[in-house]
Amino acid sequence: MNILSRILKGGRLAGLVIQFVVVAGSVYFGYLLFRNTQANLEARNIASGFGFFSVEAGFPINSALLPYTPADTYGYAFFIGILNTLYVAFLGIIATTFIGIIIGVARVSSNWLVAKLAEIYVETLRNVPLLLILFFTYSVVLGTLPGPHVSLSPFFGCFINNRGLYLPKPLFQNHFGFVLLALALGVIIAVMVWRWSLSYQDRTGVAIPSGWIGSGVIIGLPVTTYFVMGRPLSWEIAVLKGFNFQGGLVLRPEFSALMIGLVLYTAAFVGENVRSGIQSVDVGQLDAAKSFGVSKGIIMRRIVLPQAFRVIIPATTNDYTSLVKNSSLAVAIGYPDMVSIGGTIIGQNDQAIEIIGLWMAVYLAINLVISIIMNWINSKAQLVEC
Amino acid sequence: MSFSPPWSGTNLPVFEPQPSRPAPRQTVGMIGWLRSNLFNGWFNSLLTLIALGFLWRIVPHLLSWAIFDAVWTGGPNACPPGYQGACWIFIFDKFRVLMLGLYPGDYLWRPILAGGIFFALAAVTVFHLLNPKKLIALWFLLTLPVYWLIAGGLGLTAVDQSLWGGLMLSLGLATIGVLISLPLGILLALGRRSNFAVIRAICVGVIELIRGVPLITILFMASVMMPLFLPVGLNINNLLRVQIGIILFSAAYMAEVVRGGLQAIPLEQYDAAKSLGLNYWKTSALIVLPQALRHVMPSLIGRCIALFKDTSLVIIVGLLDFLGMVKASAQDPEWLGHDAEAYVFCALVFWIICFTMSRYGHSLEHQKKEE
Repeated sequence: MNILSRILKGGRLAGLVIQFVVVAGSVYFGYLLFRNTQANLEARNIASGFGFFSVEAGFPINSALLPYTPADTYGYAFFIGILNTLYVAFLGIIATTFIGIIIGVARVSSNWLVAKLAEIYVETLRNVPLLLILFFTYSVVLGTLPGPHVSLSPFFGCFINNRGLYLPKPLFQNHFGFVLLALALGVIIAVMVWRWSLSYQDRTGVAIPSGWIGSGVIIGLPVTTYFVMGRPLSWEIAVLKGFNFQGGLVLRPEFSALMIGLVLYTAAFVGENVRSGIQSVDVGQLDAAKSFGVSKGIIMRRIVLPQAFRVIIPATTNDYTSLVKNSSLAVAIGYPDMVSIGGTIIGQNDQAIEIIGLWMAVYLAINLVISIIMNWINSKAQLVEC
Repeated sequence: MSFSPPWSGTNLPVFEPQPSRPAPRQTVGMIGWLRSNLFNGWFNSLLTLIALGFLWRIVPHLLSWAIFDAVWTGGPNACPPGYQGACWIFIFDKFRVLMLGLYPGDYLWRPILAGGIFFALAAVTVFHLLNPKKLIALWFLLTLPVYWLIAGGLGLTAVDQSLWGGLMLSLGLATIGVLISLPLGILLALGRRSNFAVIRAICVGVIELIRGVPLITILFMASVMMPLFLPVGLNINNLLRVQIGIILFSAAYMAEVVRGGLQAIPLEQYDAAKSLGLNYWKTSALIVLPQALRHVMPSLIGRCIALFKDTSLVIIVGLLDFLGMVKASAQDPEWLGHDAEAYVFCALVFWIICFTMSRYGHSLEHQKKEE
């Protein structure tokens, strides 16, 4: 029996040979890419490596979370971009969760009109591209807002015009830290009360309104501290000076459009997860609970939601990661996220490989963190079978 | 003498049940429906009133903008700046560009014929007129003549790819993307479940890397980085590079969908195939994949919808697809201030195509359940 026929017949040896061929092929392919890239970079006079990170960037960034000037380095500019991406992702996920839950609950509402409206919302937003929604929000919804002199002002201190959304800016004075400390303490106490009330109910069957006590502590403690400390918070309100508003907290239209588009779009998907989660709960269980005389609210909190979460969480993890990835569409409407700033850098020094590699690394890292957190939550929500 | 009990007479009263009274007026018909669906309880009544108020504020505005106050005929001067209705003549004027991009006017019959073939095939698919095997074969076979009609060559005048654009380009990128990424995705999915550790590792790496990053970075890579990878002197045009990027991106997601189907196949099926003496490829092609693919067909349709929507991102690497043409038209100095019409039209077209696909996916799911 010669070797060739043994390989063709399959088995251990064949496996080893095939894997060896694949590895050798991949390595050779990688080597070819590397050699081509070297030759191309040389032919085009493009530097390689991250040396450019300490070179002065020279371009402005219109919304930065940290102080930034064009005199700062490329590395710092890219860092500002990463911060913006994280900022959008963080706020986006929180807002999407709220709106998604509302949409999902509305979808299964017994109110026909509300259910229909939610269905129209979901079916409309899910079937158009996100980029289109972003363009629409940016140029039609926000683009047609009035100029600074005729700003809309829905409540005192808030101004909406085509330069952005102006809100009162909180100015923290000394001792404001104590208020935050009180808030943290309140949360800890609320969690402890909640845990204790659960075990108390298990032992005695008497329910304690831990929700009310908890919210009371969470709100009450910081508010009391705030007044005891002599109200260490004031607000700076935007004022119209010349052609534009000065001061205050400004949300630029690019940011607003990105947030509105991302959140409304992703909420449609999260809403569908919530709906299918709620509908996955066996109707027999609801009937059983009703026949015991359990109230509607407790049925929802203690019977429907815990089971629905098992269906909702895995699907929603995917939607969260796609929200983070989709935040890269910021580049299309000019919000300076990581991709947008990276694109500017590529345009200036052609070092595409380094920048694209960094993009991928950062997105992979963010998605990894989201997956870890969500898997942890998921493991808490899954059925513990005894 | 006979005794007859008083009740033995012929005119014995017979118990006749009274016809049941009709249900209370409040629980049947229009009123009953309203009460049980819109006004059951104070909270739902409040919600209904809020929703009605919302519709009352929005719908009349929308209708008068889109239909009653809209301009349907005339030239660019028919809608002065600041006019309150939609200016649909703008869309009519730009219609050709939106659909076909800058495709030369002399050869318009070619993309129109190609589009006819495409939509005929789509209709055949959506209405279940052919069995799946023939359908798949037809999709693959007809792509070639359609491509030939649009690109030219072999007796037709060649039309440069820089002139392709509009909805034609979007549909083309998405269709070719699906047709090539599906087989590629199947291979990746099989590789991910392979017994060979090396192949498994490579497939997992490729799939997870691509799924972990946004499409934009893949498109940037295809557009900016790929030329650096190629041997000096070899150039691939931007459209093809972007198409390759889209295929790779889609393949990773297809692979995960297919993997879901593969996992649903019971192990006995493999054992049965083995006992019949089928080798790995025959088992996969004849036993496992047909079942797995049928199982995940609705999710695959979902991926097609997502891919079609995602093709709109090519605008960022400089291709003028449907959305790109819409945006460019909205910025035409002759027709300034009609962004709303442009984007609403674009949304409508995307919506019709995606919604049709999603209904098709649902119908497949129903078929599966009936079996």
